[in-house]
Amino acid sequence: VTPRARAGLALLVFAAAVAAAALILPARLRAQRPAPDPPSYEAGPLARAARDHAIRALTEFDTGKVTRLPDGTNLREYEVEARHAEIEVAPGVRFPAWTYNGAVPGPSIRCTEGDSIRITFVNKGTMPHSMHFHGIHVSNMDGVFEQVVPGGTFLYEFRAEPFGLHLYHCHTMPVKMHLARGLYGVFLIDPKTPRPPAHEMVMVMNGFDTDLNGEDNEFYTVNGYANVFFRDYPIPVKAGELQRIYLVNMTELDLVNSMHTHATFFHVYPTGTSLTPSVYTDVITMGQAERAILEFTYPYPGRYLFHAHQNEFAELGWLGQFDVRADEPRNAGR
Amino acid sequence: MSLETRPSTASAPAPAPDAPPSGPRPGMGRILLAGIAPLALVGLMTWWFLAAGISWLRLGQPPIEKLAIERVVFRPQEIVVRVRNEGPGTLSVGQVLVNDAIWDFSITPRREIERLRGATISIPYDWLEGEPYVVTVISGTGVRHTKEIELATETPRPSGRSLLVFGLLGAFVGVIPVFLGLLWLPFLRAMPARWMDFWISLTLGLLVFLGIDTLQESFEILDRVPAFANGLMLVALGAIGAFLALTSVGRVFSGMGLAMLIAIGIGLHNLGEGLAIGAAYTLGEVALGSFLIVGFTLHNTTEGLAILSPLVESRARLSDLLLLGMIGGGPTIAGTWIGAFTYSDPLSLLFLGIGAGAIFQVVRVLARGRAARGEPVLEALARPQNVAGLLIGFLLMYATSLLVAG
Repeated sequence: VTPRARAGLALLVFAAAVAAAALILPARLRAQRPAPDPPSYEAGPLARAARDHAIRALTEFDTGKVTRLPDGTNLREYEVEARHAEIEVAPGVRFPAWTYNGAVPGPSIRCTEGDSIRITFVNKGTMPHSMHFHGIHVSNMDGVFEQVVPGGTFLYEFRAEPFGLHLYHCHTMPVKMHLARGLYGVFLIDPKTPRPPAHEMVMVMNGFDTDLNGEDNEFYTVNGYANVFFRDYPIPVKAGELQRIYLVNMTELDLVNSMHTHATFFHVYPTGTSLTPSVYTDVITMGQAERAILEFTYPYPGRYLFHAHQNEFAELGWLGQFDVRADEPRNAGR
Repeated sequence: MSLETRPSTASAPAPAPDAPPSGPRPGMGRILLAGIAPLALVGLMTWWFLAAGISWLRLGQPPIEKLAIERVVFRPQEIVVRVRNEGPGTLSVGQVLVNDAIWDFSITPRREIERLRGATISIPYDWLEGEPYVVTVISGTGVRHTKEIELATETPRPSGRSLLVFGLLGAFVGVIPVFLGLLWLPFLRAMPARWMDFWISLTLGLLVFLGIDTLQESFEILDRVPAFANGLMLVALGAIGAFLALTSVGRVFSGMGLAMLIAIGIGLHNLGEGLAIGAAYTLGEVALGSFLIVGFTLHNTTEGLAILSPLVESRARLSDLLLLGMIGGGPTIAGTWIGAFTYSDPLSLLFLGIGAGAIFQVVRVLARGRAARGEPVLEALARPQNVAGLLIGFLLMYATSLLVAG
């Protein structure tokens, strides 16, 4: 083989390589171009369950089985189960949650100041759990030293006091993990003289560390499903009607959370333990386990956002909107 | 012990090694059966294992997810993310975040990505030229997969203009410098003949540097290549394959043939370099500054010099030089095109491996060519003028490489 022939061969190989690249190139680029229609997200049973739970938790309370005791007080009996369950926390993203009654947040337990409370707690998980109530009670009803083993049962008995917006959560070590996984709920004690009638909503602010790295949350939600009140269910309210939000911060890992209402101001009752509001504002920021009752009205119909004013949280799922409807004729012309 | 018995058997008449085995030859069917039976058994075992064995052995599939974000492409008002599922099972894409905010997206073909399959995520986004972005894909099980883009820049689409621009870029950093280097031929020819050893060893120094440089480039890519692609083996395949293939082409090279061999090796190196430049530009990892281009130009001029040394003692026409220059420098253009418009890391690894193998084969041929008959190659290289040439060649490459560092 002469050098000249070899050179020719090399040139041929090079030309072939360029030609191959030119042929492969358009096909690969075509493959990279996505189809024009976004494939719609097929909401599975987990998604529907999470969405429905978030919406139900807004207005649903567990007031227990009520019997009147000889001394005239009400006895309220509740049943709560700890269960490990896979839930959906954002469209298409599942989370291995530890729950009270199968969802996050757990049931909103409601009673009246002075009621006799009996809560039968069954641990159906695979590790010890407990229920620790924020309230005033004796030591062995505090849910800290009396851990409930898997399959075990515990009866929490105490008097409902003081009135206000409280909470309960698991107090098994590591508590951070048990809270991050979802073991918490609202414990609401109404004053003996009821608050004025209003459209009431429970909002539990929380986060989900879906990759379980223990450092930060991938998603922030209200009542357990990202953006549910923005995307799926803008909350319908009536213009001029008194709105009352029971707002509880149960965010773990990144503990401070906040809420801002657009185009209206609210009265704040911190912890709900007083009937006199402390502030009139449109942003409230709280640490973990802090809570407040917010009261406000929307004078004008329309759509109004509400969200965490840490915009990072808002853009990771803590975003909602009120759909204010002009049902009252006296507000229609405004 | 066997060593001691060998001499005694050597004297005995042994059967010729090429003689066919005695006895009747087995039939074709039996040969086929013997070949297929092990395969069939392996297939049977695999089938049993997948069908029943996993549950029987109680080996659950490990829930480790791996999603590689292979490429992020910026288009006007759109970020396109190419992902590949490298994990053991099917994976679903849950949510997509841009700079840690949930964002709308569409995905093709589907949210569920099977093992080793890819998908393309399109995110409508008003991104800004030159700013950093972080794209996070959260899978159905909540695992984060993140890719940081240091510098967003619109990904060129193949058009007449972009082909021209990238072609010119390749010409500037690859073709023109090699030709400029070739212009030293009259100078080399004018030097005394006893300098020949020096020029050859200078070339050796240049080539050793380029060979190692090519390998290093491939190692840099290895970091971002999916584990399943087994990138290191692709480099090895290319390197060993090219080395052996070029060795088998012919053992003795001189003059034009040797120059051609060097040009091919350098051409393959430049193909890899072009790929790296085109891809780096597209991936937004570096903005190709004019300083970098000037650096490549100076650096690659030494490649032209490397091609020359075999031609000093032989005749070479202008057309030969043009051919050598095109083979040595031309692939840079092809490389920048491929790198800019349709980059594939595994393919680049193969090319870089081939380049390294070709260059080291040339190093071997050159080193042996200068050794006297029967003289060990290393001893020939250890002559003072050779050591000097080798080191100067290496340092020349090193110094000009500083211009493109960073």
